[in-house]
Amino acid sequence: MHIGNVIPIAVTALMRNKTRSFLTTLGVIIGVASVISMVAVGEGAKARVSGVFAAMGTNMLIVLSGSTSMGGVSGGFGSLPTLTWEDLKAIRRQAPAVRWAAPAQATKATIMVEDQNWTTTITGTSPEFFDIRNWVIDKGSLFGDSDLESGAKVIVLGATVAEKLFGPGTDPVGKTVRIRAVPFLVVGLLERKGQSPMGTDYDDAAFIPVSTFQNQIQGGLQNYIAGIIAVSAISAEDTGRAQSEITLLLRDRHHLAATDDDDFNIRNLTEMANAQQQGTQALTALLAAIAVVSLVVGGIGIMNIMLVSVTERTREIGVRMAVGAKPWHVLAQFLAEAVTLSMIGGLIGVVLGSVVARVVATRLGWAYSPRWDMIVLSFGFSALVGVAFGLYPARKASRLDPIEALRYE
Amino acid sequence: MPDGRGATPLVVARDLTKIYVLGDTELHALDGVSLTVEQGEFLAIMGASGSGKSTLMNVLGCLDRPTSGSYTLDGLEVSRLSRGQLAEMRNHTIGFVFQSFNLLARTTAIENVELPLVYAGLPRRVRRERARQALERVGLGTRLEHRPSQLSGGQQQRVAIARAIVNEPKLMFADEPTGNLDTRTSVDVMALFQTLWRAGLTIVYVTHEPDVARYASRIILVRDGKIVSDTRQEPLIVNEAG
Repeated sequence: MHIGNVIPIAVTALMRNKTRSFLTTLGVIIGVASVISMVAVGEGAKARVSGVFAAMGTNMLIVLSGSTSMGGVSGGFGSLPTLTWEDLKAIRRQAPAVRWAAPAQATKATIMVEDQNWTTTITGTSPEFFDIRNWVIDKGSLFGDSDLESGAKVIVLGATVAEKLFGPGTDPVGKTVRIRAVPFLVVGLLERKGQSPMGTDYDDAAFIPVSTFQNQIQGGLQNYIAGIIAVSAISAEDTGRAQSEITLLLRDRHHLAATDDDDFNIRNLTEMANAQQQGTQALTALLAAIAVVSLVVGGIGIMNIMLVSVTERTREIGVRMAVGAKPWHVLAQFLAEAVTLSMIGGLIGVVLGSVVARVVATRLGWAYSPRWDMIVLSFGFSALVGVAFGLYPARKASRLDPIEALRYE
Repeated sequence: MPDGRGATPLVVARDLTKIYVLGDTELHALDGVSLTVEQGEFLAIMGASGSGKSTLMNVLGCLDRPTSGSYTLDGLEVSRLSRGQLAEMRNHTIGFVFQSFNLLARTTAIENVELPLVYAGLPRRVRRERARQALERVGLGTRLEHRPSQLSGGQQQRVAIARAIVNEPKLMFADEPTGNLDTRTSVDVMALFQTLWRAGLTIVYVTHEPDVARYASRIILVRDGKIVSDTRQEPLIVNEAG
């Protein structure tokens, strides 16, 4: 017997009992489909999380000023201004792991045009802020350093704000808006960014030069930044280094003794993102592990049916042996049947799993990208399951005594 | 009479024993059987049930190995061959016909007949052609694609005979070949046996019916695992109908 004969013989045998063959493969189908869809959904969730953090900013750290403590009541970070403009300059110049640093002072204010108004968060900042936040201009331009120096009354609008004030699809660049009766020239419209993980609309915001903010919107202590410093490290790997550099720098600048607590606080968004990523990854791994278990259970189903099949076809095995089938012929035949079952199951599972993953991705509005490595892997694994669980019944068949087998009723 | 007498004997068995251990007792299914079968013989093995005649045929047919003794088939000592080597002997040297036909269900006549050739490793085209020729020899040239369930008992046994001869064996064994057939059909099957025998095939068959043994050229009687008589006779010649 040639090896090439094995598969046709197996397929013929399986086709004789279609319902049973299908039910047997069901376990493998479900197993493979779960692996494929679980991993795809996990991947989608991961991509979603990275997308969300990418929208927050690139390699971003946030430096907050210290907290007040009056009569035991702690005011929380940012309640006591400790960050100065000189601190900002020092961070920009003396922290090698920092690419950009920008101040951000924010307040709620109402923006008015002739017939509309909209209350939103106005942030005073510097041009680097848009690089840090990964924010691209859609129309017009950002304000520049000269606007910052001169305290120009210019404003860059988020997409939601522009839409509320001027209606959808209108180009606001060149128009004038008023904040607390001060006229601002709209110089730019930001590209839409979507929602934060908490559901906040990123695009419901407007930005003006920080100097203008201090002069026109909210005064206060001129030496201190009444807000945060947003920082971007030179790479994702360098966020930790940037954090320690800034810590050392600020402790030094604020003349803190070794025993003193920091009078500022640094939040590392990349680390938060990584933590979240790891959580998603762990969940994906868990789901995939469960799916693999179901695949193994499917394999046991195949073994079960193959054992029944060997018993049922004992006479057939006897006849085959009587006309010249060697033990390995019988082994090969039953092994081929098990592997054919599991591979057909694997194939259907791959298709089914991909469809499920696509449907889920579409429902949740995620991008669906098939993981070819997982498809190949789970298909290969299903074939392996066929070999592993088909071997025992096939061995049993091949070791039958021809006379016993022929006498079997 | 076919030629071949005086050439190397096809079967030379010496002191064959087959002992089954059942708990504390030993069952001597074969108890020192010696037998020589020349090429071209038409041998009937007779005996009551439990006499050991089937065991003898299983050992001679390479389905089973003797506990002791020597057995030379077609010049080859086979009593110590491995399972795989025995399978090869069954495939090339021997053909089998069973009482209950033992055809694969839901498999066409020609596919059943092809089976030994599949294990002989022949390509599909050759298999088809030789299976078709074998079925024509047994008079079933028009029923190639019929399944066993669509054939009568006699026709099923003919398919089984075609399967036994398709690989051109030197020796055909039949275990109660007429046991499941009515008298008329039995005569037809024995007539086919005689046709094959006259064409040069050596045939050994087991039966417990004296009527059926009359078609053979030699009868041995087995009782309690021993050959108790060995007689040559002029076979009752029957011709195939049609």
